[in-house]
Amino acid sequence: MSAIVEMRNITKHFGHVIALAGVSFDVKAGECHCLLGDNGAGKSTFIKIMSGVYKPSGGEVLVEGTATLFQSPRDAMTAGIATVYQDLAMIPLMSVSRNFWMGREPERGVWPFKTFDTDKADDITVKEMRKMGISLRGPDQAVGTLSGGERQTVAIARAVYFGAKVLILDEPTSALGVRQTANVLSTIDRVRKQGIGVVFITHNVRHALAVGDRFTVLNRGQTLGTAERGTVDAAALQDMMAGGQELALLESSLGGTI
Amino acid sequence: MTDVIPDALKDERIKPVSPLRRALIRPELGGICGTILVFLLFAVIAGDSGMFAAEGVMNWTVVSAQFMVIAAGACLLMIAGEFDLSTGSMIGFSGVMMAILSVHLGVPLWLAIIATFVFCVLLGGVNGWLVIRTGLPSFIVTLAFLYILRGLTIWGSIYFTRQTIIGGVAEKAATDWLAPVFGGKVLGWLFTWMGEAGWIATFTRGNRAGQPVIDGIPMLVVWAIVLVVFGHWLLTRTKFGNWIFAAGGDALAARYVGVPVNRVKILMFMFSAFCAVVFATCQVMEFGSAAADRGLLKEFEAIICVVIGGALLTGGYGSVIGAALGAIIFGVVQQGLFFANAESSLFRVFLGVILLTAVIMNTYIRRIITGER
Repeated sequence: MSAIVEMRNITKHFGHVIALAGVSFDVKAGECHCLLGDNGAGKSTFIKIMSGVYKPSGGEVLVEGTATLFQSPRDAMTAGIATVYQDLAMIPLMSVSRNFWMGREPERGVWPFKTFDTDKADDITVKEMRKMGISLRGPDQAVGTLSGGERQTVAIARAVYFGAKVLILDEPTSALGVRQTANVLSTIDRVRKQGIGVVFITHNVRHALAVGDRFTVLNRGQTLGTAERGTVDAAALQDMMAGGQELALLESSLGGTI
Repeated sequence: MTDVIPDALKDERIKPVSPLRRALIRPELGGICGTILVFLLFAVIAGDSGMFAAEGVMNWTVVSAQFMVIAAGACLLMIAGEFDLSTGSMIGFSGVMMAILSVHLGVPLWLAIIATFVFCVLLGGVNGWLVIRTGLPSFIVTLAFLYILRGLTIWGSIYFTRQTIIGGVAEKAATDWLAPVFGGKVLGWLFTWMGEAGWIATFTRGNRAGQPVIDGIPMLVVWAIVLVVFGHWLLTRTKFGNWIFAAGGDALAARYVGVPVNRVKILMFMFSAFCAVVFATCQVMEFGSAAADRGLLKEFEAIICVVIGGALLTGGYGSVIGAALGAIIFGVVQQGLFFANAESSLFRVFLGVILLTAVIMNTYIRRIITGER
């Protein structure tokens, strides 16, 4: 099976800083490809290139086999790449429905009297939320009243509804409790089964192993190879993320609990 | 809109919300309560002063309409997450520009009005463009424009006419086709009819004997209603309105889902400038003159109306109807104290108290929306 999105040898420089020094990564339909890395490894920069926020300094982005250069996040969205950011997914003061449709509001009527079709928007929002297992008080409920996990789920539901082929999740579980994390992980599984390629960025090895099909570790702007499910264990991934020795030292002093 | 969820979907963990609390979350609530309150207050303390007779009503209606015009622009801009402190200076600048063009440079008045609108709306765009490009707070950028525009207004006025008040617009307006759109009055027949029916007072002496004391609704009031209705429709009923909320709520999050945040903000700066020029043009037509000191402190009055109307200073939340109610409160209080023969300096005390109350209440409401804790 060929990849939906393939990133070849991506480099990115910010002035004198080399954020990425040749990273290759791909995601296929219906798989969950985990991108692991410690803070500062370049994960955020990498996904911002994938989602069109930054342009790469070098390398190629291939969407379904053709080289593409995204000019804006909108381009990436049109190509079917949706990103859910950890804290920027939703606007708390706005209603769930308004958030869900933000940037893609359905309209009715004729120009210049086109209006935001709120009935349609509310109706679909409630239905899509129900599919994801969230019951809303009403489509006009403010996102601020939802829990962190629910906000992530709204954002994922939004991306799926708008026909995402690839879903990039930027540390969706990092700020969540145990139960909410389980909810998000099961949402990932549900989305994957619909044939969507999921890119799951995390620094939590256990969350990655719970749902991942493939694992790529990023360290200091470089990839250290990709592993299939079943060929690696938590310890090996943890080692690669931290660059080996230092963590081994730490780990021995902490009794192997990290 | 709120009861679309069938019972089967109700979650036992979600507490039902009382209608009172739900109403509290509407941004207009403060404005509605405040409006009722000031009307009750002045009905008691100034009920027999003529404040609620036809002439008195028209008096505070016009004052409220003035606030409404600039509040409409300030409201949408504030919801989009920015301020415009140059509104007052823009009012002075556009009035003087219009008067110099038509009276001293011989440009037909209609062309002078259109040219002023185009130039000042572009200036508003420059304001917005600078805010976006520099990333500086709009507070600073528009504060700079407050001084730049006021300075240019006084300089230009003295350079062309050697004085700071430019008269002679009334003569030009008498024969102009565009001037009545800002300086005219409508529905005169209705008041004539009401006067004849004895519903409103008529002049009893002089050469206007028999005519009603009000000869029509000034176009300023019409503009105020049009701008408020348009603003409310744009904000709540259109896709662009959703983008205004998004741009002010969280610009980065909005940008990431493809909302053209920069375009939204710059357009709102332009709309704010447009409203300022509408205000200025109506005022110039009414007085038949322009003055370099017009519009002083108007930017703050606009912001006060918007805040009384329930908008958050941080953006992303508010209502144009609320801002319009804020303008009514402002106008009624200002004129009502005059009718009640109160010391005029007390007006500022009153205003400060209302402003503080409104902001405290808004902060509380925001806490309810974002987390109910």
